[in-house]
Amino acid sequence: MTHVLAAGTNTDVVARETLYWILAILSASAALAMILVRRAVHCAMMLAVVMLCLATMYAMEGAPFLAFVQIIVYTGAVLMLFLFVIMLIGISSADSIVETIKGQRWASLLVSAGLFVILTFGIGHAAIGPGPKPNAANGTDNLTELARLIFTTYVFPFEVTGALLITAAVGAMVLAHRERISPKPTQRDLAARRLASGQLAPDPAPGVYALHDAADRPALLPDGSTSEISVSATLSPRDPNEVPTTVRPEIGTEPVTAASGEREAIPGRTDS
Amino acid sequence: MSPIHYVALSAFLFVVGGVGVLVRRNAIVMFMCIELMLNACNLAFVAFARLHGNLDGQVIAFFVMVVAAAEVVVGLAILMAIYRARRSASVDDANLLKY
Repeated sequence: MTHVLAAGTNTDVVARETLYWILAILSASAALAMILVRRAVHCAMMLAVVMLCLATMYAMEGAPFLAFVQIIVYTGAVLMLFLFVIMLIGISSADSIVETIKGQRWASLLVSAGLFVILTFGIGHAAIGPGPKPNAANGTDNLTELARLIFTTYVFPFEVTGALLITAAVGAMVLAHRERISPKPTQRDLAARRLASGQLAPDPAPGVYALHDAADRPALLPDGSTSEISVSATLSPRDPNEVPTTVRPEIGTEPVTAASGEREAIPGRTDS
Repeated sequence: MSPIHYVALSAFLFVVGGVGVLVRRNAIVMFMCIELMLNACNLAFVAFARLHGNLDGQVIAFFVMVVAAAEVVVGLAILMAIYRARRSASVDDANLLKY
């Protein structure tokens, strides 16, 4: 597929232009959305869109090897690493909008706009011809030619890159390592800690005895009150003020509240 | 399709990534914006490789990817160490050297 995209004959010029504009608009809007969304997870998803668009562009530009490396290494490994760290650090770590330096946001926007103007004028003033015809190195022989270059002309940077990767792996292990300064708690220690905490049983599961068993629905305790600790801290408990019901309504009937026993519609509830 | 279009798109993505690094306060998001800037550079390298008709730009883009992978590994490990010490991923909270 890639060498078909990179062929550059007259027949598929329109298709390539159309594909370019679709990908360009998609990646530019995804990049803008990336710096506008609040949550880090959404940011990572937008970055994935940009990276996949760029991978397709590499394939169009006669770099099928880089296209696959982009998908496998960047989208597959690097972005998953980001998601793992977001998972470790906390999914609820939203960005603060407090400006620590006064006027820094507007100043940075101004500087970036200036940089964009300079770059655009520089590109626009450059006299660039249509370029040479794509040869075999942009198509099926791309991998062979790249391997020849890497292992002849660029063999020393390639070796240095290997050393860099080893050093980075060791450094990451050293940074992520934590010395255990207290003895590991045994089962007896854990039992004693649980007895001292005053709560013998584990936290109640969400949705127990509630109308729905969704993960964001607080469990009902035997006395009819809701248990807030049953819902995970990263979720917001749905409808905390609602009167708890102990009866699962039949399909097509309105829910019966336990407090009054009357039929009444509870706002914000959808039976599922 | 002239490669200059790809270079223009690369400039735009680079500037957007720069705005993200300057404006956002969450360290992970800033890191992702740096990745966006590196990707924009790679796109420019590939476009110029096509423009010149050789593969040197693609080799450089490949090296950029490798270095970016190493950088992400070390950077995220530093981020996790900071988070362990300060329970926050915001760059404003790591201010011990300020006062």
